[in-house]
Amino acid sequence: MPELIILLLFMVAAGIVAVEIKDLLASVIALGAVGFTVAIGFIVLQAPDLAIVQIVIEILAVVFFVAVILKTTHVDSTIGRPYKGADIFTFIIFGVFALAFLYVGVRFLLINSSAGFEIAQHYIKHGLTETGAVNRVAAVILDYRALDTLGEATVLFTAVIGVLAVLRLEGRKK
Amino acid sequence: MLILGISLVLILIGLYAIITKRNMIKVAVGFALMEYAVNFLFAIIGFHKVPGMKIIPPILMEVKTTANVLSSYSDPVPQALVLTSIVIGLGVTAFMLSLALRIYNRIGSFDLDEIKRLKG
Amino acid sequence: MSGMTPIVKVIARTVAGFIFVYGCYIILYGHLSPGGGFAGGAIVAAGLILSRLAFGTSAAQERSTSISSSIFESSGGILFLLVAVLGLVIFAQGAGFFFKNLFPEFGKGGTLVSAGSIPLSNIAIGIKVGAAMLSIFVVLASTKYIFKE
Repeated sequence: MPELIILLLFMVAAGIVAVEIKDLLASVIALGAVGFTVAIGFIVLQAPDLAIVQIVIEILAVVFFVAVILKTTHVDSTIGRPYKGADIFTFIIFGVFALAFLYVGVRFLLINSSAGFEIAQHYIKHGLTETGAVNRVAAVILDYRALDTLGEATVLFTAVIGVLAVLRLEGRKK
Repeated sequence: MLILGISLVLILIGLYAIITKRNMIKVAVGFALMEYAVNFLFAIIGFHKVPGMKIIPPILMEVKTTANVLSSYSDPVPQALVLTSIVIGLGVTAFMLSLALRIYNRIGSFDLDEIKRLKG
Repeated sequence: MSGMTPIVKVIARTVAGFIFVYGCYIILYGHLSPGGGFAGGAIVAAGLILSRLAFGTSAAQERSTSISSSIFESSGGILFLLVAVLGLVIFAQGAGFFFKNLFPEFGKGGTLVSAGSIPLSNIAIGIKVGAAMLSIFVVLASTKYIFKE
């Protein structure tokens, strides 16, 4: 699929820009470019639900980043600092482990992809009669695997409470 | 296979930013990059392209009676997992940003070495 | 924070309502078309954030919005749990379980009133996600909360 390779190469280029540039505002905008390209890639991969969610969430993420940067500073003063040996060592160790695990997992999936995946086939074939939902993704997240969604709601609730607790009013001690 | 390789490169860029960068906003950007790459990898895994077959989204009234349904429709299970993961990612990013804002209010910098030097 | 220029205000006044309605559509038709509670809730929050950014807010408005969005978020979570517990309670002894779909045969497949409890869960998730995004934005972008002179 050549269009997917082009999108991924653009994402890699924008990601390198986002990580290495000195201006934090430009870094956030490059991150937004990566996110919107991910949304286009979801459309290419025939996942319209994910594309809608990714576009809106990316807009909100860029708004949050810009809100923080406008209140503070937009210059990355740590750029050009020499690397520490321990950091490079940690990166290599973690990278090798991540690559090894991903290689094993992806190879397993590629071997079993043609014959397996009976659960997904069951969801597609019998989803309408069992749940009544035309959209199979909605059937999976709200009927078959609704407990996952409950866990997600709990995590989101915890994140919001964390944000409110960290940034609450200062003069509330008395 | 090439597609999987390039998404692994994107994951490694995010990991590099998380571990070696000394600026808190850059660390949050690295987290977001890594999360996008992993979500994209999930969606790629749920896309079983067979040559000569057209894949459509899993939104349908009646199913084509083929032996392997997944060669005609994209897999709904990874899509459902990624759907929740995207929203969780935004919550985590917002939490990291609020921590960064709080620390900036205290010491006037996003520098992680500065925080380490203050110590208390 | 204060408002933006009149151009932005006029555009935002025209567009924000449409964005809100589109988010409600995405939530309500989540079981028939792409979208659902997560996407629709985020779109509703984006519309509200657009109007807040364009017109500006005062500190009192920020505080009241923060409180009311926290209440909405908690009620969305409770509504979602209520749908789950109804699947446990409403059926006969032993036939129900947590998150059991309520009457999936009710209504014709492909119409708005169908799929049992999935639209109810979508509405609950939409309220929850929208209120969560709005409250995060209010706290992050407000001026009075952290930079206290």
